[in-house]
Amino acid sequence: MASRTAGHLSSTAPVLSAQAVRRAFGPTVVLAGVDLTIARGEVVALLGGSGSGKSTLLRILAGLDREASGMSVVHGTAAVVFQEHRLLPWKRVAENVGLGLTGADGPGRIRRALAEVGLAERHRAWPAELSGGQAQRVAVARALVREPDLLLLDEPFGALDALTRLRMQILLRRLRAEHGFAALLVTHDVEEALLLADRILLLDEGRIAAELPVDLGPTRTPDDPAFGALRRHLLDRLGVPTT
Amino acid sequence: MLVLGWELAARTGLLAAEKLPAPSDVLATGWRLSRDGTLGIHLLDSLTRAGAGLLIGGLLALVLGTVAGLLRLGDDLVDPPVQMARMLPHLGLVPLLIIWVGIGESLKISLVALGAFFPIYFNTYAGIRDIDERLVEAARTCGLGQAARLRHVVLPGALPSLFLGLRLAIGAAWLSLVVGEQVNAQTGIGFLMMEAREFSQTDVVVLGLLVYALLGLISDLALRVLERRMLTWRRGLRAT
Repeated sequence: MASRTAGHLSSTAPVLSAQAVRRAFGPTVVLAGVDLTIARGEVVALLGGSGSGKSTLLRILAGLDREASGMSVVHGTAAVVFQEHRLLPWKRVAENVGLGLTGADGPGRIRRALAEVGLAERHRAWPAELSGGQAQRVAVARALVREPDLLLLDEPFGALDALTRLRMQILLRRLRAEHGFAALLVTHDVEEALLLADRILLLDEGRIAAELPVDLGPTRTPDDPAFGALRRHLLDRLGVPTT
Repeated sequence: MLVLGWELAARTGLLAAEKLPAPSDVLATGWRLSRDGTLGIHLLDSLTRAGAGLLIGGLLALVLGTVAGLLRLGDDLVDPPVQMARMLPHLGLVPLLIIWVGIGESLKISLVALGAFFPIYFNTYAGIRDIDERLVEAARTCGLGQAARLRHVVLPGALPSLFLGLRLAIGAAWLSLVVGEQVNAQTGIGFLMMEAREFSQTDVVVLGLLVYALLGLISDLALRVLERRMLTWRRGLRAT
């Protein structure tokens, strides 16, 4: 597996390009050659049922899986938000956000990142003192503070309750509008994909089975008839009866 | 209440003084022996032995436990022999140790070191193995290298387990000391008790036991305080 991070940035190059990514666990082939490119500032949702290999693909793109084969290059910097917050329980919120952060004005950047997710006043808290939603917001701040060109999101709101999930989706949309990062959003939630993504990829049996642009504009809601049509189409493709 | 009953029983002659002296007599003996410096000398020698043994055994256990916990090669090389050695009760090694290191000071220190080694080794190993792999992964995505991950993830993650090991090790150290100091010692609390037994000074024997109990209690308390300070994050939920 050739996985690397290219330092040079050009405005036309994709922020992520992956070719022929394959991964097998013993005899079970999870990814059977996936090609994927993400343009600068583009949000791509990766939809698939459980066990379709979408999280495996994200781990490979994040450079966390050395046994995969194929090629994946990130042009610029990438940051990851996992399904669980994965904060270090022995570090306070601010220290968690600043983990491994280099460069000038660390404290200032940490403060701004926490303010952006609405948790500026909790910088001294321990992770165990936070609610699930708050902890996940800290995890988002930990990714944001690195000013990533690409955000890799592995079902980031999957473990949250429905209301908190809606708030997090709105938050992510706002942050994306402000920072213009590109993102790969792994999810099994069709509505979430339609709310957040510019393009949706369907992963099935280890391959990208379908690609679907989402032309709903920036202020989309599930009440939009076009939204409903796309939702039905996607659920259809995923094999879920909608009547 | 218990002490009061004991005092009463001894005073009324229900308990013979040569079997179990009254607590007030034991305290008086303690006062007498600390006044003339005897108790201090013996206590210092016992503490030195315990400290030296703990340091040697503990450091060795820490290094080997870390190597076995972190590296696959270390696990293969270190863990099986340690697991085998664990099956031997270390106090049963006294005859062999006497042949190896003699009956002097090194015997006592070796015994304490052996007693302290196993709890620290196992808890270091388990502490490292129990660290959530997902946290290590998250640290990697934050750009932390091997050394930084060791410092920010592995060490603090293994710390609660290390404290547990240290507490068990201190208990084992006192136990080893009791046995060690009964083999040809010229000083130490154990020697004090053995000597008193020869002269049927039951009050000194009971005093020795009391000192051992106090030492155990104090060391445990000190460690608890240290633990509370270093592991504040675990009490985070209760603190608010």
